[in-house]
Amino acid sequence: MTDTPDLEQNPIVAKIRDWRPEAIAELSAFRGELTIVIYREHIRPLCEFLRTDTFLAFTYLSDVTAVDRFPIEPRFELNYHLLSMSRRDRVRLRVRVPGENAVVESVVSVWPTANWHEREIFDLMGVRFEGHPNLQRMLLPDDWEGHPLRKDYPVEGFR
Amino acid sequence: MTTIQTAIGPEKTMVLNMGPQHPSTHGVLRVLLELDGENIVKADVDIGYLHTGIEKTAEALTYSQAITITDRMDYLAPLSNNLAYCLAVEKLLELEVPKRAQYIRVLLTELTRIGSHLVWLGTHAIDLGAMSVFLYCFREREELLKIFELVSGQRMMTSYFRIGGLSVEPPVGWTDHVEKIVRTFPSRFDEYEELLTKNRIWMGRTQGVGILKAEDAIALGVSGPSLRGSGVDYDVRKYFPYSSYDEFDFKVQVRTEGDCFARYMCRVGEMRESLNIVKQALTKIPPEGPIKADAPGIVPPQREKMKTEMEALIYHFKIFTEGFAPPAGEVYQRIESPRGELGCFIASDGSPKPYRMRMRTPSFVNLQALQKMVEGHLVADAIASIGTLDIVLGEIDR
Repeated sequence: MTDTPDLEQNPIVAKIRDWRPEAIAELSAFRGELTIVIYREHIRPLCEFLRTDTFLAFTYLSDVTAVDRFPIEPRFELNYHLLSMSRRDRVRLRVRVPGENAVVESVVSVWPTANWHEREIFDLMGVRFEGHPNLQRMLLPDDWEGHPLRKDYPVEGFR
Repeated sequence: MTTIQTAIGPEKTMVLNMGPQHPSTHGVLRVLLELDGENIVKADVDIGYLHTGIEKTAEALTYSQAITITDRMDYLAPLSNNLAYCLAVEKLLELEVPKRAQYIRVLLTELTRIGSHLVWLGTHAIDLGAMSVFLYCFREREELLKIFELVSGQRMMTSYFRIGGLSVEPPVGWTDHVEKIVRTFPSRFDEYEELLTKNRIWMGRTQGVGILKAEDAIALGVSGPSLRGSGVDYDVRKYFPYSSYDEFDFKVQVRTEGDCFARYMCRVGEMRESLNIVKQALTKIPPEGPIKADAPGIVPPQREKMKTEMEALIYHFKIFTEGFAPPAGEVYQRIESPRGELGCFIASDGSPKPYRMRMRTPSFVNLQALQKMVEGHLVADAIASIGTLDIVLGEIDR
């Protein structure tokens, strides 16, 4: 399930290829859901582009979530679920983030709703977001050690 | 977070700590309010008091076992959570659920929606001083809970939807009880509306209060009745139909004002529409037919078969000891829960346990809009705004 010709025909993919051909790392479709893997440095500009483009109009960000693929490197996967209300279409953007220097540019300036999603990911997964207005722990106490959703988190305690 | 960065400065304003134990926060929500007189200058929301690590727990359970913990997120609409999770796993497995089970799922989730909105209406009304509506709403909700008990054996944590269908065949004559609800509830809704809709105090407390503009609502990711009250017709049941919703005829309730009153009208209208869907489902549900998909190895076999067929016994043993392993891949399934877009993201690595389960819960996202709704307004209006967002803290903190 890699670059198949019909995925290239998809208007979203075509538009992104026009905009920045080097941004797309990988394309896949699974159970009718299109996933576009993006290189880390392009994520915020690309989101801005997808939201403001008059045809694509991805004005709504449903969800941001992270998956830890430990011990595979790059270990973190961030999934952005985008929704276009005018076209009734959705797409998943994915960014791979290495365990060392786990930093991604924040998309809060594009969709304010990303604020709490990113804070939650920072809290539970330990990925930091550059340019986030208030990157603090959200669900756990401020003095909590570690990030529980990581796969190498000691489930039965540190001792 | 224990302190607030004051916007104006401590010499001119006062910081009021609302919650986490406060009757009108509908759970353990803490809001730090910076007040200038009675006006809110800044509001900071603090959550996490009910964090139970449901997403992490799911990683240690098999796909079937994890259904039970989804009940406990949005405890006012457990069946909606079950549905989102089951649909996601079924998508992963490419499993087709029998039509009869799909219609029963629709019927029960719509009853859940009514039940959830009844709790919302009752508690919101009591926040604003209308005591009697609260009692009526809970009286009606009890009748709905009786149906859930009749069908699944549980009033609240039902876990009735299973991967591939339903857990057990509903008892004979259960539709009579649903028919009774369809018959009696419209007049009950009229009763609430008589008490509230034209009530001058109610209108004064809700009209023009907690205004959320459509563009702000979309940017903040608000969904459900809270978004439709701002004039956006986004309803997952219409936009991305699931579980045969495309075969049902219903109207999406939209109001353009964006205030607390608009959201109230949306929810009351939705209760009536849900009853309409229930009525249609009653005619659609065939009296007999399978309630589980024919998928050996995924759906537990029938008791009778286990006594005569060796394969059935083996599958039964395998399902309950090690579970089943869907193919590796990721799916995101969204449904319209009573509170908005409930999304279930599952990443599978091909093992019998979900590698990562993530719930995009509508309350969590909707609560972000609170700041926008209350800043610059009175403290009393903050109570009304929190109320109409219809938050459930169990779902926010997970």
